[in-house]
Amino acid sequence: MNGPMETNGKRILPLELRDVTFEAGGMRLIKNMTFTLGGAGKVFILGPNGAGKSLLLRLCHGLIKPASGQVTWHGGNPKHQQAMVFQRPVMLRRTVAANIAYALKLRGIDRKDRADIVSDVLRRTGLARLAEHPARVLSFGEQQRLALARAWALRPQVLFMDEPTASLDPAATHTLEELIAAIHAEGTKIVMTTHDMGQARRLADEVLFLHRGRLLEQAPAERFFDAPENDLAQAFMRGELLWWRRRKNPLDVPHPDPLDYRQGGVTP
Amino acid sequence: MDDFTGAFSTAFFMIASLDSDLAGIVALSLRVSLTAVAIATIIGLPVGAALALFRFPGRKTMIVVVNGLMGMPPVVVGLIVYLLLSRAGPFGVLGLLFTPTAMIIAQVLLVAPIIAALTLQVVEDLWSEYSEQLRSLGAGPHQAIPTLLWDGRFTLLTAVLAGFGRASAEVGAVMIVGGNIDHVTRVMTTAIALEVSKGDLSLALGLGIVLIALSMSINAAAFVIKGAAQRHGNA
Repeated sequence: MNGPMETNGKRILPLELRDVTFEAGGMRLIKNMTFTLGGAGKVFILGPNGAGKSLLLRLCHGLIKPASGQVTWHGGNPKHQQAMVFQRPVMLRRTVAANIAYALKLRGIDRKDRADIVSDVLRRTGLARLAEHPARVLSFGEQQRLALARAWALRPQVLFMDEPTASLDPAATHTLEELIAAIHAEGTKIVMTTHDMGQARRLADEVLFLHRGRLLEQAPAERFFDAPENDLAQAFMRGELLWWRRRKNPLDVPHPDPLDYRQGGVTP
Repeated sequence: MDDFTGAFSTAFFMIASLDSDLAGIVALSLRVSLTAVAIATIIGLPVGAALALFRFPGRKTMIVVVNGLMGMPPVVVGLIVYLLLSRAGPFGVLGLLFTPTAMIIAQVLLVAPIIAALTLQVVEDLWSEYSEQLRSLGAGPHQAIPTLLWDGRFTLLTAVLAGFGRASAEVGAVMIVGGNIDHVTRVMTTAIALEVSKGDLSLALGLGIVLIALSMSINAAAFVIKGAAQRHGNA
């Protein structure tokens, strides 16, 4: 398989969120969020820390369930046609190639096809020489590239990425951005969060701006970066710390960890 | 002092010359303990992993029970198995009392909770690390269990070894259900107890040395394997 890798199956987009809320620890962390994502563009979710960006990705990806509202995919088998890359890559304790093969096995890809897909995606991501190395001894940047390769191998229609370049140096960030562009060029919709405004300006086609669990603006990237309509978005672009805004003494207020919803297990 | 020196000399001679009595006891001990640990591993690994991953009513109670069973006195286990296998017991018809099979059953009951409880902890830790990634890839709990057991294999080796340590050092339960019958159910620990009570320190010392050497060798092997795995990023 040397040509472009086409995405999988029947189209699942658009993705529609209708009045979605998410609560944890008695706090409403996502509030009445309604929007639709369609087309094939690269969507960037922006906002200050605690805005709910990572939670929103997890809600869309189905890792957490909303307290109310609906997350609706239109058509296809959404579970098998999307993938996610996390801020910290999680590698299984096996080789680079085996990490990708494992993901393919879970998606029901035949054993005879797995090797071809693995070698192809490793070549495309520049990891071919590391194929038989244990994944967990790779550098952080290489592990994140492997996480992207593992997601790419699944040929998802939608790829969610939660600050994938947050801990990378400029060179590794550049490499990852090139790979993201290549994945997008093959028909995968990209939905990612970032705090890197330069990266968002370089890559984004559409922006969702969040603040304290609310969607304040959804706009084409060019228009958002030229002249955001929302005053908090304007303040964010100026570099103001929105989390503390409008509080007289921020230390008096409990500061929820937006990812503190995690459960230790699953219900069968 | 001369008695002790003589006992040690005789013990080493018995080991070096592969004394048939000593070899027979060691072989039976290994057969019983390794079989028991193998069965306990087959039971304990999935039970521990399932307790770590699944949420169901009564789970916490089960965890308390499994943890409690880790400290179960061997003589009590021996007594329970004795009652079950004795002629008047529900399984008396099988005629297993005072056989190596009865000893294996008793050791399985002692070792399985240890392996299950340690597996529970290992798999819970791994799950907290892998949970989002595995669920993102589409793995349900049933697919996650073998993945987590495989990825935790080097740590779980320690759990299995802890089980082997318990089995091979155990004396109370196997004495009750095995009866310490010469050439039938006499294992290293029961033989040591018997020989000491008879005042024959040579065989007791020889068996003791073998028992310690065995335990050290297995733990050293596990240490080497785990170290190699850590160097290669697999532990």
